[in-house]
Amino acid sequence: MTDEAAIELTSVAMSYGGRALFRDVSVSLAPGSFHFLTGPSGAGKTTLIKLCYSELTPTEGRVAIFGEDTGAMARDDVAKMRRRVGVVHQDCRFIDHLNVSENVLLPVTVSGATAADIEANMSDLLGWVGLTNMADQTPPELSGGERQRAALARAVILSPDLILADEPTGNVDWEMSLNILNLLIELNKLGKTILCATHDMSLIRQAKTRVSARVLRLHNGSVELAGAEL
Amino acid sequence: MKLFWVLVRGDSSAEKVVPPTGLTALLTTASAAAMAFLAVFVLALALTAGRQASDWEDALADTATVRISAPDETIVAQVEAVEAILAQTPGVGATRQLSAQEQLDILAPWFGPDVPLDALRLPILIEVKIDGGGPDVIGLEQRFAAEAPGAVYDDHGRWRVPMVRAAQGLRRLAMTGLLLIAGVTGVTIALAASASLAANGQVIDVLRLVGAEDAYITRAFVRRFTLRALIGGAVGTVFGLVAVALVPNVSASNIGADVGFNGAEWLWPILAPLAAGGLAFAATRLAAARRLKEVS
Repeated sequence: MTDEAAIELTSVAMSYGGRALFRDVSVSLAPGSFHFLTGPSGAGKTTLIKLCYSELTPTEGRVAIFGEDTGAMARDDVAKMRRRVGVVHQDCRFIDHLNVSENVLLPVTVSGATAADIEANMSDLLGWVGLTNMADQTPPELSGGERQRAALARAVILSPDLILADEPTGNVDWEMSLNILNLLIELNKLGKTILCATHDMSLIRQAKTRVSARVLRLHNGSVELAGAEL
Repeated sequence: MKLFWVLVRGDSSAEKVVPPTGLTALLTTASAAAMAFLAVFVLALALTAGRQASDWEDALADTATVRISAPDETIVAQVEAVEAILAQTPGVGATRQLSAQEQLDILAPWFGPDVPLDALRLPILIEVKIDGGGPDVIGLEQRFAAEAPGAVYDDHGRWRVPMVRAAQGLRRLAMTGLLLIAGVTGVTIALAASASLAANGQVIDVLRLVGAEDAYITRAFVRRFTLRALIGGAVGTVFGLVAVALVPNVSASNIGADVGFNGAEWLWPILAPLAAGGLAFAATRLAAARRLKEVS
């Protein structure tokens, strides 16, 4: 792992159709840290997450992942950067005609890894997220919680140093939310940097009993650190 | 080069992520087959026209005809005078007087079997082989006017040039047709590829988000469309060759060359499926590049 900040936003501004969503946002996430990103609906949590893996480009400012300016990256470098960043999308983003294991393996297959690498990566992963018996199901056949866990398995299959989770518990019950939170905490204990967008304060309170986490609050177009460690 | 080998060898992982799309697959294969079929016909036409123009050019450029029409009492003398003049004229090679039967054979197809051709009063025809640059036509015509006023020198230019021009024009038209076929094939396959890329927009988005490079995504589509076009082109070419082979022969009637291929010309149609594959390769790459520009 590098000593560079896992995520560094410097004077980032983002506008949609002339309406400013953020202004002058500067945030730095240390490697191995666990941050929640919270704020009201429409505050820009998803937009900020998307800026971190270059699905969106900021109107102004600089976004750096492990010290590399994403705005200066060529398209192929963006693709390589995304293999180092595991993302759990709010809507999971699966390929519906592939089964669970094929979807989970996508980051491996697109990276050109060999069959042996694939087997090694897959051996315990589905068991870890509790989907061993779902390997041959297609995404439309899964429940919301199962989809989120499959998305988490896909996000970590290349053992990335940074995991971005956008409302990973948005469509699941409390028990499943805790299950997913536990998986994120396990990853953080392995040294992974976690940035998890959520509006669920009880989930954050639950997390504080287990891990040293900070909360970034999006409010009125700026990001503020919500107090000390939770 | 890497893309070429992937095209030959395949990339099962890249292909598996793109679901087969029945309509675009059928459209690509069928349009490539139809266009290859047409291309083989047009190619046959182009080659035949070129061959015909060349034949006419070669066959008629080195011959001329002297036609002698005169009253019975002077015809023999005028024929002898013409033969003497021709024998003395530089640029004139061998000469030969056509027999009455040869003349009748020439006329028979135009007048039909029921006309008593032997009752017609026909001029005497002398076939002249041209040597080198040919004779001084003006000087020759002046001598004929003085010594054999019933003789007319015809170098065939009056009808040879328009016929050769017509054959060359037909060849140019056929070549234009080939270009149009190539263009339509390219556009059709590009449209099919664009439709497939649009239908698979979600797949492309997901692949980019999990770290796929543009080349990986492009390969998944390019190989599929190139192979479909190659297969369709090969099928269309085979049918086209069979159809060309079945065109009835006309050369025996002396009115033109057979439409088709001669000797090594049969290799030209091989280019049709290769061209279809090449066009599909280029069109799909362009369509993929355009689609990928819209994806972050």
